[in-house]
Amino acid sequence: MHKVYHRIEQIAGNVIVVSAGGIIYGELAQVETGFSTSLAQVIRLEGNRVYLQVFAGGRGVSTDSKVRFLGRAMQIPFSENLLGRIFTGSGVPRDNGPVLSGNEISIGGPSVNPAKRIIPRNMVRTGIPMIDVFNTLVESQKLPIFSVAGEPYNELLARIALQAEVDIIILGGMGLKHDDYLYFRDYLEENGALSRSILYVHTAADPTVECTLVPDIALATAEQFALQDNRVLVLLTDMTNFADAMKEVAITMEQIPSNRGYPGDLYSQLASRYEKAVDFEGSGSITILAVTTMPGDDVTHPVPDNTGYITEGQFYLKNGRIEPFGSLSRLKQQVNGKTRDDHRIIMDTMIQLYASYRETLEKQSMGFRMSGWDEKLLKYGVRFENEMMALSVNIPLEEALDRGWKILADCFEPQETGIASKFTDKFWPDKA
Amino acid sequence: MNLGKIVGVNGNLLTVEFEKPIIQNEVGFAKLGEIQLKSEVIRIRSRHAELQVFEDTGGLKVGDQVEFTGSLLSVELGPGLLTQVFDGLQNPLPALAEECGFFLQRGKYIKPLPREAKWKFTPTVNEGDTVVAGDAVGQVPEGVFNHRIMVPFHLPGRMTVKSVEPEGEFTVEDTVAVVADGKGREYEVKLMQVWPVKIPIKCYAERLRPTEPLATSQRIVDTFFPVARGGTYCVPGPFGAGKTVLQQITSRHADVDIVIIAACGERAGEVVETLREFPELTDPKTGRSLMERTLIICNTSSMPVAAREASVYTAVTIAEYYRQMGLSILLLADSTSRWAQALREMSGRLEEIPGEEAFPAYLESVIAAFYERGGVVRLNDGSIGSVTIGGNVSPAGGNFEEPVTQGTLKVVGAFHGLSRARSDARRYPAIDPLESWSKYKSIVDEDELAIARRFLHDGNEVGQMMKVVGEEGTSIDDFLVYLKAEYLDSVYLQQNAFNDVDAATPVDRQKHVFGFIVRLLNTQLKFENKDDARSFFQKLTQATRDWNQMAFDSDEFKKQEEQLNHQIAEVTDYA
Repeated sequence: MHKVYHRIEQIAGNVIVVSAGGIIYGELAQVETGFSTSLAQVIRLEGNRVYLQVFAGGRGVSTDSKVRFLGRAMQIPFSENLLGRIFTGSGVPRDNGPVLSGNEISIGGPSVNPAKRIIPRNMVRTGIPMIDVFNTLVESQKLPIFSVAGEPYNELLARIALQAEVDIIILGGMGLKHDDYLYFRDYLEENGALSRSILYVHTAADPTVECTLVPDIALATAEQFALQDNRVLVLLTDMTNFADAMKEVAITMEQIPSNRGYPGDLYSQLASRYEKAVDFEGSGSITILAVTTMPGDDVTHPVPDNTGYITEGQFYLKNGRIEPFGSLSRLKQQVNGKTRDDHRIIMDTMIQLYASYRETLEKQSMGFRMSGWDEKLLKYGVRFENEMMALSVNIPLEEALDRGWKILADCFEPQETGIASKFTDKFWPDKA
Repeated sequence: MNLGKIVGVNGNLLTVEFEKPIIQNEVGFAKLGEIQLKSEVIRIRSRHAELQVFEDTGGLKVGDQVEFTGSLLSVELGPGLLTQVFDGLQNPLPALAEECGFFLQRGKYIKPLPREAKWKFTPTVNEGDTVVAGDAVGQVPEGVFNHRIMVPFHLPGRMTVKSVEPEGEFTVEDTVAVVADGKGREYEVKLMQVWPVKIPIKCYAERLRPTEPLATSQRIVDTFFPVARGGTYCVPGPFGAGKTVLQQITSRHADVDIVIIAACGERAGEVVETLREFPELTDPKTGRSLMERTLIICNTSSMPVAAREASVYTAVTIAEYYRQMGLSILLLADSTSRWAQALREMSGRLEEIPGEEAFPAYLESVIAAFYERGGVVRLNDGSIGSVTIGGNVSPAGGNFEEPVTQGTLKVVGAFHGLSRARSDARRYPAIDPLESWSKYKSIVDEDELAIARRFLHDGNEVGQMMKVVGEEGTSIDDFLVYLKAEYLDSVYLQQNAFNDVDAATPVDRQKHVFGFIVRLLNTQLKFENKDDARSFFQKLTQATRDWNQMAFDSDEFKKQEEQLNHQIAEVTDYA
């Protein structure tokens, strides 16, 4: 029999305090208010004072609301039936489907033993040349998309999800606009991918605390599927909202803020989520693609900055394109030597030439005279942007490499590209 | 048994009411059913002690028991440490993996040193000999090293050897000698001993000034910003600037006996590369696997924060232990910022008054105390041992003005600042040659070095000026300074980590090549116009880069050098 407490001593933000004994740190409680019932979690014990974080927020909680302790930590049901379903940040169905129960799993579980990790080795094909060719996504990688508000990052995420060769897609939406949530749902449904997807969505209108639960729930579910030999792709959007929600909670708890109001453990908190990306030897894997919006396009903002130190590279989405400079996949070297002999050559050469094109553009804008070489670069740059960088381009890696050679051949002589002659002899397309 | 009672839980901080005396920094175990969670006393206020728990605290409740052990957080020291992979509390990770599978289970502690393994002990003292703490009573072979079995470091004063075992096979827990102090109290000497991590081991005759250069095979480091054996250095840099790659290269090529890598709060994936690749690589010095001279302390970012704080101390204590054997040890910590953040998290929970960016006010003294544990020492038997510490720093936003970088700069002997601009330009290693500094002695002549530095400085100024006035407004003399500086940068400062030869440049070769480059810097060159000058240097750069990739003193190498000299002679102004 669970004890019920009636006297709430303190309500501040989302945190309430009750006097109770024998309470377990981390346990859940049900808080009944005049309007609804919400779950709450014990986040601090101080003698008899029990601090509870109310998932639905403190609004509407009265000093005599009923608090019933459940004697167990946060758990979520796990089964195949999750596929195709949509839930809120605290695991309540958002679609009209039935409530699931049974086979409960804990969230925020322990970390993988580094001695059991293996060097990543499988490429994840996305059909986007800027990723496949230049910054290859690798199974078990954790990679954020750095972007500013207004860029089509959710569209990009949805497309990668659809085209990536994975078994299961898990979307963790944090602070999503309701339209964006519907966009994800409809996009996956229209393309027939909803049946292999699970959506945990917290929208901007939902209680803040639920936002902080989304990554843990999504990743705990992913872990279970990965252990059953599935390749799981976890999409998290937007991690900046997650960090902001943590900030809100920390400030309510009167924690000392470190940098721009964010809690001092921001790095550890983000890392413990991102580090869930893993390749289980002899079993499945978890790959994490996240969106981190940069307030004011500032990469030194605490959230993108800490993220950059944790993740294995980043994609910069700028002006509707994946920017080749600054974008980096730290794991690409593990796989791009095994795809096709010319992969690394195309990757290096095209980027170097594109860098020269940018310099030429600068010279042009300052009114310097354009040499013959500059003219060639200008022609090249435009073609590279339209035929490779544009997000509308959707071709497999091999075709992208062939297209790369063709663009080079149309714009330059072989020796101008700086590619060793043994490779140009082999790969340079014949002029028709 | 000294028991306490939990009265508060806040994250990984416990407040515990105690009855009997307890010690600051003593280890306690919080009991959660069958599981025991390791924790450390970090503050005591009247009858309440505050303990940081090295594990997740979920499930504990008010009234649960805590058992105090009476000893400080310690590590086991003895043969069998090398080649191992430990977590921050010295749990062997591979053994944990065997027992628990993919995930780290909380409350699971395994003895760091294998208990069954037998070691061949050879005594080096006789009955009746006088010894002091830290003196060897014998040795066992561990890989390529003679592992000294020493009188426990905590024993005070002169001791007499009462008995010593003859040559034979022993496990780490066997007693191999008995020593007695002046009052006749006897102490056992075993193959292993236990030492608290936060107290430096000081069983040496004297501490010396670090003067001998420690070759890392990185040209920009050894020539321009050298590290001394027993010195300290730091490598701050924004993310993606190549801190970890630079550290991996150093751990492979550094001219030391033992490398200890403390992966502190960084990505697990990076440790995995070392873990999986090092056993395959050969140590050029010994011809054995590189892993035999390596030890990894690995507390990655998702592992518990308090253990992260402990991990750097665990690493430096083991380093000091091997220094007692007259060995030269390099400790690489990646990254000290994560360690400082762990301090910040705890300080926040303790509700201490915060300093800058919420770091605790004692941050600087803690950093200083850590780096001061490096150093070169003369041991009681006259042999020299050293611990060199290299710490990576990950400053927020890549801004070096933050407390951890500044606190570190005050106490280290060399500063290798990585710059985003250089890494974006793919100029690796991305150590900024204008901002970095070193107080240690270079492997090359100081006067020649001054010349090279002046060129780098002047070349940079000309480069800045050219951005404003354009090439047309620059005199050809200035332009040549610029080109020479760029040449020095591209063929000497930059180094290709992926080329087998170029990845590591031994000292002899550095001296030779540097001499060649300084001669060029001092040579008056004559060109008709800037385009000629530019194209000459482009060709020279390409040819010198090829030269960098040829085996030293091979025929090919000598031929290429001749050709380079020839190229230069053609444009030399003999007037």
